[in-house]
Amino acid sequence: MTRLAVDARRLLCPLPVIRLQDQVAQLRHGDQVIIIATDPGVKLDIPAWCRVHGHSASLLDETDGEIRFLVTVEAAPNPPKPT
Amino acid sequence: MTRKALALISGGLDSMLAARVVQEQGVQVEGVNFFTGFCVEGHTHAIRKQSQTRPKRNNALWVAEQLGIKLHIVDVVDEYKDVVLNPKHGYGANLNPCLDCKIFMVGKAVEKVRDWGFDFILTGEVVGQRPMSQRKQTMPVISKESGAEGLLLRPLSALNLPATKPELEGWVDRERLYGFSGRSRKPQIALARRLGIQEWAQPAGGCCFLTDANYTVKLQDLWASRQQRQYELDDILLLKVGRHIRPRPHFKLIVAREEGEGNYLNGYRRMYTYLDSVSHPGPMTLIDGQVDEDDLELAARIVARYSQGRNAGSVEVEVGRPGAPPLRLRVTPFGSEEIPREWML
Ligand code: SF4
Repeated sequence: MTRLAVDARRLLCPLPVIRLQDQVAQLRHGDQVIIIATDPGVKLDIPAWCRVHGHSASLLDETDGEIRFLVTVEAAPNPPKPT
Repeated sequence: MTRKALALISGGLDSMLAARVVQEQGVQVEGVNFFTGFCVEGHTHAIRKQSQTRPKRNNALWVAEQLGIKLHIVDVVDEYKDVVLNPKHGYGANLNPCLDCKIFMVGKAVEKVRDWGFDFILTGEVVGQRPMSQRKQTMPVISKESGAEGLLLRPLSALNLPATKPELEGWVDRERLYGFSGRSRKPQIALARRLGIQEWAQPAGGCCFLTDANYTVKLQDLWASRQQRQYELDDILLLKVGRHIRPRPHFKLIVAREEGEGNYLNGYRRMYTYLDSVSHPGPMTLIDGQVDEDDLELAARIVARYSQGRNAGSVEVEVGRPGAPPLRLRVTPFGSEEIPREWML
């Protein structure tokens, strides 16, 4: 299992998500990324991006305006059928 | 065999409907969204203090989630410069090169279709919806110049246009596509209701800052002052922040209007000359351009004017320059009438 760090401080959304996405594209099932960002928009965008791609995201902490997420790369699921 | 379509997802209703209409026909859809640096949503919101308690969602991601599709967000900041700087088809009312922009984005989607193994592209374009890029005559121009040709399907307006490959090959049923045209939003809203879509984003104005007259003035000023039409991502982000004041052709001030903007500008202290009032609370300010001692004094007097010491006899301002120790200037604040209107961008 690989665990990588992505520093997205000072970047405005959607750049933190783009940085995360580009990193995840290099990883495999079970690998993890810790991303640190300062734009509060990531609190919605990172979990949303993870949900649509079938990965999991958990908020680790938020201190002095710095927000850290742990993202675990899951097996890429097929897109769900439209309801 | 299930066919795969790549949908250009802007976050608005039309691309959401276009994707859903094709999904309903059993096509597997994924979305792509291009980040140019000029996007309206997100940035100013992220910077402004009062907005930070309720961060705003990314509408393209939200749409993807509603549709149950993957969304790929692609950074095209560098490649997009040529679209903004040299649009073959010209600009719209402001610096918006809408037709070239559409050609560029569909062209990027063509690359992704090849790289990622999709069968065709779809967009939410509607004939006659936008004066520049969504006219009946410009639709074929986009298909041709982007290189998409028959691979570009516009499900909401397909019946007004020649059949495309996905229709001719039977990957989608043309009979179940639409013939919307014109500026009315009623057909889209009716279709949304029919498809059970209750909520969608309604972005104010265009999809990017290039349609904004005030922003355009600041961008043109940037080019004029540098005597070249060029920009970096930080330049165009900073144009969204603060009050821009140009007292001399060779430099301008970016003065924070509130705490969130001040925090944001603070992040640039190592890259720009900054001014910060120390004797009285005042706005964080950056200087864009090369300045001498006289310019710094002038800038400090402007900063003092925007500080809480504006009525004091003097205000002390810290000046920091990249790579040099900060110095302090004691200056008389400008009076209310002493900052000419034409300095304000
Ligand atoms: S408004 Fe901006 S993003 Fe939208 S088509 Fe025009 S230039 Fe492109």
